[in-house]
Amino acid sequence: MNALNAAGFPLLSLLTFLPLVGGVAIMMIRGTEEAVAANARWAALWTSLIVFALSLVLWFRFDTASAGFQFVEEAAWLPEWGISYKMGVDGISVLFVLLATALTPICILASWESIGTRVREFMFAFLVLETMMVGMFAALDFVVFYMFFEGVLIPMYLIIGVWGGPRRVYAAIKFFLYTLAGSVLMLLALLAMWYAAGSTDIQVLMAHKFAPTMQTWLFLAFFASFAVKVPMWPVHTWLPDAHVEAPTAGSVILAGVLLKMGAYGFLRFSVPMLPDATAYFAPMVFTLSVVAVIYTSLVALAQTDMKKLIAYSSVAHMGVVTIGIFTVNEQGLSGALFQMLAHGVVSGALFLCVGVVYDRIHSREITRYGGLAERMPKYALVFMLFSMASVGLPGTAGFVGEFLVLVGAFKVNFWLALLGSLGMVLGAAYMLYLYRRVIFGRITRDDLRSILDLSPREVAVFAPLVLLTLWMGIYPSSFTVFWDATVHGMVEKHLAALASTTKLAGVLAP
Amino acid sequence: MNWHLAIPEIFLSCAAMAMLLIGVLMRGEKVFFAASMMAVGAVLLTGILVLSGAGGVGYHGLFAVDAYSNFAKLLILAAVGFGVVMSLDYNDHENLRRFEFPILMLLAAVGMMLMVSAASLMTLYLGLELMSLSIYVLAAFARDERRSAEAGLKYFVLGALASGLLLYGVSLVYGFAGTMSFDGIATAMADPKQASPGLTVGLVFIVAGLAFKISAVPFHMWTPDVYEGAPTPVTAFMGTAPKVAAMVLLVRLLTGPFGQQLAQWQQLIVLVAIASMLLGSLAAIGQRNIKRLMAYSSIGHMGYALIGLAAGTADGVRGVLIYMLTYVFMNVGTFACIIAMRRGGRNVEGVSDLAGLGRTDPMLAMAIAVFMFSMAGIPPFSGFWGKYFIFTAAVQQGMWTLAVIGVLTSVIGAFYYIRIIKVMYFDDAAPAFDARPAALSFVAAAGGLFTAFFFIFPAPVVAAAQAAAKVLFP
Repeated sequence: MNALNAAGFPLLSLLTFLPLVGGVAIMMIRGTEEAVAANARWAALWTSLIVFALSLVLWFRFDTASAGFQFVEEAAWLPEWGISYKMGVDGISVLFVLLATALTPICILASWESIGTRVREFMFAFLVLETMMVGMFAALDFVVFYMFFEGVLIPMYLIIGVWGGPRRVYAAIKFFLYTLAGSVLMLLALLAMWYAAGSTDIQVLMAHKFAPTMQTWLFLAFFASFAVKVPMWPVHTWLPDAHVEAPTAGSVILAGVLLKMGAYGFLRFSVPMLPDATAYFAPMVFTLSVVAVIYTSLVALAQTDMKKLIAYSSVAHMGVVTIGIFTVNEQGLSGALFQMLAHGVVSGALFLCVGVVYDRIHSREITRYGGLAERMPKYALVFMLFSMASVGLPGTAGFVGEFLVLVGAFKVNFWLALLGSLGMVLGAAYMLYLYRRVIFGRITRDDLRSILDLSPREVAVFAPLVLLTLWMGIYPSSFTVFWDATVHGMVEKHLAALASTTKLAGVLAP
Repeated sequence: MNWHLAIPEIFLSCAAMAMLLIGVLMRGEKVFFAASMMAVGAVLLTGILVLSGAGGVGYHGLFAVDAYSNFAKLLILAAVGFGVVMSLDYNDHENLRRFEFPILMLLAAVGMMLMVSAASLMTLYLGLELMSLSIYVLAAFARDERRSAEAGLKYFVLGALASGLLLYGVSLVYGFAGTMSFDGIATAMADPKQASPGLTVGLVFIVAGLAFKISAVPFHMWTPDVYEGAPTPVTAFMGTAPKVAAMVLLVRLLTGPFGQQLAQWQQLIVLVAIASMLLGSLAAIGQRNIKRLMAYSSIGHMGYALIGLAAGTADGVRGVLIYMLTYVFMNVGTFACIIAMRRGGRNVEGVSDLAGLGRTDPMLAMAIAVFMFSMAGIPPFSGFWGKYFIFTAAVQQGMWTLAVIGVLTSVIGAFYYIRIIKVMYFDDAAPAFDARPAALSFVAAAGGLFTAFFFIFPAPVVAAAQAAAKVLFP
């Protein structure tokens, strides 16, 4: 067996571009509007399911003992300038590729009925989005990465703006400009690294040692980009707007995958390539993360809009992730990765839960609901599971990640762990408060008396997420095993890099 | 004497004059169409001649043909060809069916080709004037329409002023260097005894004159009015080919004869670039007329291209060439789409007229969306690559302020580009446009395909630009 490309065929390129091919095919569909819509839905679903099935090859064939990149493909692109089309996954990225391919069919299924206008265009945009997401996680060349990273903006801008809520235009433009402003600074960092290392190959860049002062600037440029994407406090304000206005499927992908792009960027670029700057700036990141965890949790408590509440909780959960990443120890990194996956599944599922009632009542106001448990027992059960997972109940996906991150944080600083864990307490408060107001109590509104429980389609949407949430909570090893070797290598490399160089802090001190 | 170096220019001039004769002899409605088709043919043939011609310096050091000039010439010819095709339907519709129209474009093309091949200040000036005079007439071509006449007059008066500045600079440089040839000036510059402040003053005047042609701030005042008033195909033409010619000329002039004085003109170019980027991105936000908006957009684009020049390296020049290439295709395509904006037989130019285009004409909307994302510099479209190579050069030279201002203004600029997309896709539909003529669809598709798929095979273009840029930095 070829050690490099275990699949024997360009698996990652196929995963990346198959959705695009499907999308183009969907745009070719002709006929009456209804027929086009129906065909587009089915074609999109099948495309995404085939892509998902194909991506399972990664799950089964990925060599978990290796810390390096696997399934590597390379093709000349601008060879004289050190830019090539290079794809590959390691323990950090492999599960995010799977997350993206798994969430896409779920989202398509979830928008089956809620998207009624311009269905063909919606499905096209969604499949393009999948291409961008998978490509971004699989890219092993910085330029390729940047193209996908930025390219995500185009379909997402359209999805929010065309199929979103009343303030969709504002939200879409804000989303676009915020993230673009961060990314262009990263572009400059990319160019500087290219010039310094002579290549944009991520593996070459990882091996290259950048001068400490240069690292500082590079780190700040990366930070501008990734912090907006994560999003970290105080540049998180685009997120609640975008989430509230986006259609359900858009919110799910936004929370499930797009937010991970920022954290993934930290893991792929900032930490391994800029070890000195990482150590130097870690306290700043910790501070911002702790503020995010506490502040946005408190903000979430005060929300009256369900989607906004979950959006703020996302910021808090991602704050835990950034704490974990910048501890740069095995528990912290492993926890951050787990939390990212868990958050992808759980918050995505929570947005789907909101979408279920929104499709029926067309309101996201918490006060508009109450007593849903009477009419919708299945829904109440599902919602409870995901609320508990969001809180971090042991046995669900949310617990493992937060626990590991806190262990990692303890190794760094007691107060960091203490303040970080406040997020869990507050998280329990706002999630339970939300759950009580929506599910329990008495039905007071007339239209709620005739509300219907989950349809078979919705059960099909939630079933895989429920299974995943429990699986991740009960037997986390089947996931952590993927990145154990990579994380181990990363931590060792980080410590070695720190030991070999004069501490950046010493250089910068007056 | 190697007169054959100028065969493409000679052929194109002869073709233009022959067409004038034919136009006089032929009668009837068809003559405009016939002249246009002949013009396209002439442009194609000239392109082949450019490709097959030899390189070298001829005409006693007045005229240079090298990879650099050929790159620019092919780009100019492509822009001219697209310009002629775009005017077919518009002129038909607006009763501008006069055979002189394509001929003027050809003559302008000859002027531009002379400009990019200039090896002496004399050639430079002659080419520039031939181009400008043709375009003054073109801008006022719809002579019964007040806006067009105003545009032509405005462009002429201000253009004449700029020519005066340029000429004054040329005379100063000649006076102090004692020669007009680029090589001679370079020698004079290299000699510290001979390099006097007078040369620098002359240089500043020449830069001002050329900055007018590329409409860089602070010489941009004419741009919005002239863009708005001129017939749209002329606007499209003005926005592409002359910009390429003047930019390429400016680069050759500053890096060649004035290459020794990098430190002096660099500050100038940096200032002009920053001012252009800022104005281009901020002033466009308030525009409601899409032609005016494109005027400000082009001001901004020239600012980005000037970053490459400011870097003053071969990589910077490569960036300028790639930028201009992507710019031409984006602009040609966008203007084809703008000409296609016609409702009930009348041309409309408001941004709001695009409302709901995503529903009424998905193909046109998609093309405009590609152009707008590309101009905003969003990958994978070609506009991103232009910016990529420009900023590379700036970063390599450590010009961080310039680079950071550049990327941040590009974010501001993105606002009005994506606002157009917002109007097309998010707003309620306005009445549909009239059916598009095939010629416009062709140009829009050509520009769109290039812009959208440039990223797949960028290597040949980058290599060609690299080879062209190396000529200036032997």
